[in-house]
Amino acid sequence: MATEHAAAAPSPGEYIVHHLTHLNSSGEKQQNIVDWSVINYDTLFYSIGLGLLTVFLLWIAARRATSGVPGRFQGSVEMLVEMVSDQAKGIIHSAESRRFVAPLALTVFIWIFFMNAMDLLPVDLLPMLWQQATHDPHAFMRVVPTADLSATLGMSIGVLLLCVYYNIKIKGVTGWAHELFTAPFGAHPVLWPVNFLMQIIEFLAKTISHGMRLFGNMYAGELVFMLIALMGGAWAVSTSGILLAIGHVLAGTAWAIFHILIILLQAFIFMMLTLVYIGQAHEEH
Amino acid sequence: MNLNATLFVQLVVFLILGGFTMKFVWPPVVKALDERAKKIADGLAAAEKAKSDLALADRKAVEELRTAREKAGEIRANADRQASEKVEDARAEAARIIAQAREAAQAEAGLAAQHARDALRDQVALLAVAGAEKILRREIDPKAHADLLANLKQELQ
Repeated sequence: MATEHAAAAPSPGEYIVHHLTHLNSSGEKQQNIVDWSVINYDTLFYSIGLGLLTVFLLWIAARRATSGVPGRFQGSVEMLVEMVSDQAKGIIHSAESRRFVAPLALTVFIWIFFMNAMDLLPVDLLPMLWQQATHDPHAFMRVVPTADLSATLGMSIGVLLLCVYYNIKIKGVTGWAHELFTAPFGAHPVLWPVNFLMQIIEFLAKTISHGMRLFGNMYAGELVFMLIALMGGAWAVSTSGILLAIGHVLAGTAWAIFHILIILLQAFIFMMLTLVYIGQAHEEH
Repeated sequence: MNLNATLFVQLVVFLILGGFTMKFVWPPVVKALDERAKKIADGLAAAEKAKSDLALADRKAVEELRTAREKAGEIRANADRQASEKVEDARAEAARIIAQAREAAQAEAGLAAQHARDALRDQVALLAVAGAEKILRREIDPKAHADLLANLKQELQ
């Protein structure tokens, strides 16, 4: 960070904007809010990498799983499996659906926890290494996949698709259509448009809030880490900087410790909402 | 805060990772957990059974001990009784023999005394008759006074 400041000496605003710009296929900051022709390489790299790490760890645990005395690693994985399994049993009453949904929830929990945990790495560590490797001091790189709205909405839309799938599977096309038009207010024909509108709003609200909640928490967390980093960075250009450096250490420690709670909590909330939304798809109105 | 095609890739990855876990992770782990739960349940049941068996064996041992002690007491009492009976019998037998011997001795002594008395009486009668004969030599006719003599003899007896 200090070297970057010495080399490029960006203003705080430039520093933040630079750190919030993805390494994408367009090579520059995305201009439009929505642009399907662009793809974020950094988000996909870290998200797929951590996803593979997640399933690899789980696979190792599953391959070594014995009914004898478990080791610590196996014990911890079993604890997670039990936890997710218990939650799923309480929320989704169809054992058939649980066969897919419970493992999905487990993977999502660990995967999102890993992605969130990228926030705990020093904000400039991986971007700086990337800039050194590419010999480009302005190379973009964001390391927290869950601080990318596309990633979190991608997952929440995945949950939405599963909801649609299970709605149709459990209730049938006509049964679900019937529910869409008659719930929540009643079966009177006058109420059909209102019911349908309410249902669509409900699905949209659920999906968007599901993705936005995780994104917002991680984005804000990342931003705070950047502001703290700026405080330490100001040491290099200010005479009273030593106080700022001390502030950086204190604030960074406090926020990182608090953030441990947030990353775990958000991963858990995302998993629970996945179960709850899919569970709702199983319930007849 | 932009949306782009990353979303679709993430969606697909999301479903693939879930599918992988469903296929390769969840079943073996859950199987191991269930098997262990069964093992533990079996172990607990076996321990419970062993405990009740032990209690049963304990009770049985106490019972056996008690019967054995009772039997021993009974045998001892029997033996005591038999011994005292034998002593009693022996004592009675001895008393009987003593009594018999005493009776026999008394009878013998009585007989001897009778004989002696009889012999003495005979001799006294003879002496009396002889004395009387001597005194009454002439007057007495043994034939005429045979009755008298016999009477006298009879009386002396």
